[in-house]
Amino acid sequence: MTIKHIIAAVAALAVAGGAYAAGADLGQAQKQDINTTAIIMFAIFVAGTLWITKWAAAKTKSAADFYTAGGGITGFQNGLAIAGDYMSAASFLGISGLVFANGFDGLIFSIGWLVGWPIITFLMAERLRNLGKFTFADVAAYRFAQTPVRTFAAFSSLVVVAFYMIAQMVGAGQLIKILFGMEYIYAEIMVGIIMLMYVLFGGMTATTWVQIIKACMLLGGATFMAVSVLLQFGFSPENLFAKAVEVHAKKDAIMAPGALIKDPISAISVGMALMFGTAGLPHILQRFFTVPNAKEARKSVAWATTWIGYFYILTFIIGFGAITNLIANPGEFYVGGEIAKGLKGGGNMAAVHLSKAVGGDLFLGFISAVAFATILAVVAGLTLAGASAVSHDLYASVIKKGNCSSADELRVSKIATLCLGALAIFLGIAFEKENVAYMVMLAFTIACSGNFPVLFMSVLWKNCTTRGAVVGGFVGLILASVLTIGSASVWEAVLHYPKGSAWFPYNSAALFSMSAAFFTIWLVSVLDNSEQAKKERALYPDQQIRSETGVGAAGASGH
Amino acid sequence: MSQQISNNIASDPRFLKFVAKRNSYSVIMTILGAVAYYGFILLVAFNKEFLGQKMGAGVTTVGVPIGVGVIVFTIIITWIYVRRANGEFDDEANEIIKGASK
Repeated sequence: MTIKHIIAAVAALAVAGGAYAAGADLGQAQKQDINTTAIIMFAIFVAGTLWITKWAAAKTKSAADFYTAGGGITGFQNGLAIAGDYMSAASFLGISGLVFANGFDGLIFSIGWLVGWPIITFLMAERLRNLGKFTFADVAAYRFAQTPVRTFAAFSSLVVVAFYMIAQMVGAGQLIKILFGMEYIYAEIMVGIIMLMYVLFGGMTATTWVQIIKACMLLGGATFMAVSVLLQFGFSPENLFAKAVEVHAKKDAIMAPGALIKDPISAISVGMALMFGTAGLPHILQRFFTVPNAKEARKSVAWATTWIGYFYILTFIIGFGAITNLIANPGEFYVGGEIAKGLKGGGNMAAVHLSKAVGGDLFLGFISAVAFATILAVVAGLTLAGASAVSHDLYASVIKKGNCSSADELRVSKIATLCLGALAIFLGIAFEKENVAYMVMLAFTIACSGNFPVLFMSVLWKNCTTRGAVVGGFVGLILASVLTIGSASVWEAVLHYPKGSAWFPYNSAALFSMSAAFFTIWLVSVLDNSEQAKKERALYPDQQIRSETGVGAAGASGH
Repeated sequence: MSQQISNNIASDPRFLKFVAKRNSYSVIMTILGAVAYYGFILLVAFNKEFLGQKMGAGVTTVGVPIGVGVIVFTIIITWIYVRRANGEFDDEANEIIKGASK
């Protein structure tokens, strides 16, 4: 088996922002022996969540139930669900694998994924909740011409969802091959079908509870691993680090920053994509409409930030625990029992192997099932966000101009869900052998360059107009895509142009594409003297009152 | 009904003052968060030696508490904001809404 290929395959999950994944050639992961414990654990999870879906289906009667669980989720529950959306298998396996390989660099990387949350809390959470109803386009299009703004928002949402989804589906297939010993194509179909059952029948209620259960399992499992590791060292991190430095090939270097950040421009640009991209992800934004009011919306982000931050501290300990536990036992965890040949299943399997070292086969089965459940839940959230963009923004608002019944809208959203599910399976299979490592980063870059500036300016800047928002949004979206194609992680690693020929020299386009979007929105809005623009500016005070106080905001649907 | 309240709020001088106050608080907190994160990243980019220094006799480096500190700081400022927004600011907003509902 070729280790390089397996590492590369799971690196698709690791979404290392191009920094690590650049140059990785996504090969096929080797199918492993069938892991019965893991399959039984996973079957229990699926049975439990489908039972919940049945309960949720009885409550999902209107379009509001389908999109936002009728607005009846509490802040604490929503916080866990947001954390569930965000703590993907990629963060768990990828970051702990990164710590296992490079130590401190893994911590730097994980911090980047956390810092977007306070920004959402301070600037967006309550305004989103007060202005929106089902999708973030409700917020962006509040005082603007519906058709152009919603068309842009739906298009941009679908692009973000598609890239995020491909990375998840391909990662799922590769992971299941390693963990469960299943064929790639069956894994894709299984993920697609189970996810469709959640979304199709249980809508946002089922999707939320699947996320909550998965988040609890992941946090519980990771806590158990971290505590077991610390227990081995008398709860002294210093002893843990000392042992890790002693056994790791890189010695002292694992305690200091290494090669993760090459040049400051890339560092800032990647940081911006992570920081502001989070505030532009449609499946995350939609979660703000599931709570009854702005108070609960703020609480949800505070809880989400807490859980995600706690989780990243755990992954740091888990990575170091993997160093001390796995290197001590090469016969069990390394290919051919030789450290030089690398971990069985690749570098991102560090946390999975550690689960066996600290908890035996039963716990290994549990962690494998959690990793798979994680992908399932994230894909369900993405599909729901994509379907909402199609049915609420494109169908109900653009095509029907708002004249369609809730039942009609619900029907279209279910058709859209089915199509997106089929598309997800198809793309997952089509991209099996492609390098998809850059795709999550691209999704973040587009979210921070397209969705975020449009949202931000429409809500907070009086003089913003439809024309400015739409032109600026498209400029951000297109520039983000084009510059990413020109960077080494796509130009050289995917398109196979010779090394060094990438014409965009940085790891992330965000710094440039996001700035360009903001500038364009400003410029086009300032130059816009149309009648429509005057009307839109005049509507700002009304919008501001609603966004700042919640007067007139959509409440929880009562039934 | 809510249109009438909205109109009344618009003519209440307390409203814009309230918005300005809360916004400047949001902006200060945003800057705090950004300074912590970008400060850390710029240290990584320009002064790796500083973060790689050992603390005392052990192997633990200065970077570990700083890195974990950025995570903990992020969580803490989020809660500080949410407490104030859900308490003091919401009370103030409710006062304004109540005044406008009469």
